[in-house]
Amino acid sequence: MMNRKLFFAFCLSMIATAGLLSFKLIKGDNSVRGHETVNAGLTLPEGFQAAVIADNLGSTRHLVATPQGDIYVHLAGTKNGKGILVFHVDGDKATLKSSFANFGGTGIAIKNDYLYASNSREVYRYKLDDKNEVINPDKPERIVTGLIDRRTHAPKAIALDNDGNLYVNIGAYTNICSEYDHNKTGCPILDSAGGIWQFKADKPDQTYSDGVRYAAGLRNVVGLAWNQQDNQLFVMQHGRDQLHDLFPNLYTVHQSAILPAECMFALKKGDNAGYPYVYYDWIQHKNMLGPEYGGDGKKLADPKYINPVASYPGHYAPDGLLFYTGNQFPEKYKNGAFIAFHGSWNRAPEPQAGYCVVFQPFKDGKPYGDWEVFADGFAGTEEQKASGHAVHRPCGLAQGPDGSLYVTDDNKGTIYKITYKKQ
Amino acid sequence: MNIKITGLFLASFILLFNALQAQTKKKAIRQTTAGTSIARGKVVYTNVCLPCHMADAGGVQNMNPPLINTTYVLGNKTNLIKIVLHGFNEDVEINGQTYSNTMGAHDDLTDRQIADVLTYVRRSFGNKASAIKAPEVSKVRAMSKK
Repeated sequence: MMNRKLFFAFCLSMIATAGLLSFKLIKGDNSVRGHETVNAGLTLPEGFQAAVIADNLGSTRHLVATPQGDIYVHLAGTKNGKGILVFHVDGDKATLKSSFANFGGTGIAIKNDYLYASNSREVYRYKLDDKNEVINPDKPERIVTGLIDRRTHAPKAIALDNDGNLYVNIGAYTNICSEYDHNKTGCPILDSAGGIWQFKADKPDQTYSDGVRYAAGLRNVVGLAWNQQDNQLFVMQHGRDQLHDLFPNLYTVHQSAILPAECMFALKKGDNAGYPYVYYDWIQHKNMLGPEYGGDGKKLADPKYINPVASYPGHYAPDGLLFYTGNQFPEKYKNGAFIAFHGSWNRAPEPQAGYCVVFQPFKDGKPYGDWEVFADGFAGTEEQKASGHAVHRPCGLAQGPDGSLYVTDDNKGTIYKITYKKQ
Repeated sequence: MNIKITGLFLASFILLFNALQAQTKKKAIRQTTAGTSIARGKVVYTNVCLPCHMADAGGVQNMNPPLINTTYVLGNKTNLIKIVLHGFNEDVEINGQTYSNTMGAHDDLTDRQIADVLTYVRRSFGNKASAIKAPEVSKVRAMSKK
């Protein structure tokens, strides 16, 4: 009798396990099928649609759109010897017009009839004609040269203001400067990295000595944009890694996965965001003293370092920032910020996260209210996301002349176009 | 009655898992010293290497190289031991992909821990290379001190 009961229970448990497994399989199946829907595998708020307008382009980083409906896309490396692709977009179809630039890179922007593009050491510009087409693709003017490139955080993302200045991110070529600041007397690399440098937008061959360190103490910035409402530079900082690995007695594995915050800073000339001495804790909403410099997860940072204007979960990796000024999307999006989060790697053994485009509401030129996930699903299945082997990873953002939002993926080289249809 | 069935249900689950676990344990015991080295190495891997190289050793796009199917791992033992002891600060290209992150030195690990973790990596994730023994690590460590 007892044995029969046991056998019965055993059978039940097997059925339950099988059921769970098959549920998992079905779930996986559904997510794959999702890629074929009109939303191109992305989940979006109601009324929005996404389409893949180009695919398999290489590592597509930042992009910029022209009023004539062209997009300039910067590849991380060159493909067939070219680092910039030009497409004309008509509806959901992008047609390759041309390719040029013998260098790959991340930064690309248009200002005052010039296309600016960077590699990891230099910034170039190309004169545009009245259709915003590059006049002489083989003869760019070199604007900045000799910037430091030590592989880690090498991409030089760029932005321009309305007063003839060019802003260049020069990332710190280290996680937290510990290998350069053994005696904790001050991180010595900040004289030429770990900040935003300002150069003239029209002066050729500028080097460090021609530029100004506009803001210091920024570990690495890839997403940055000029806010036209309050005429100010906004940047997204990639926060530090390895709080637990380096200080297992102060931070748990979980704390290390979610901390520190990825920060949005509104910069003024001369600001110091405090890297590597501080980090921002988005749960306590406090700027903390870093453990390398005597912090313990409780001690606060010196108030001379600026606070972020908004903060996001750890290691999400913000790679694109765009202020939406179009008229296509509903009113709440106007003048708010879209942020492309490339997705984490430094959350293991916990599941990786990010891989989405976030919307941050703004009011009067400042973040106002909670951020929300706008576009998700780039990574693929939950398993692909958790393992970090995401299929697509958001990087660059641009706004089309009709108010559509473009998103690049630098893993598969996919370009998405997100549009809104009134219900 | 309900409680009884739930209890039995749970018990059967526990029995099933115990049986499975016992089986894997038995396997481990039957293996040679390389087996125990691999088991110890897995612990070191989880604590030290996994945060960057990932649980499946697949690495991270553009940043941290994979440890699978590469001569850096499967090739010359001395070079591999040196990477762990001194860290690595060069561009790595594996199967056409480059990886840019700097790896810190791990000379705080003991010779046996390094031998164990490298043996684990060289014998796991589909890798099939020879084991590394603690005296081999000692030799490289002594060489580097000169």
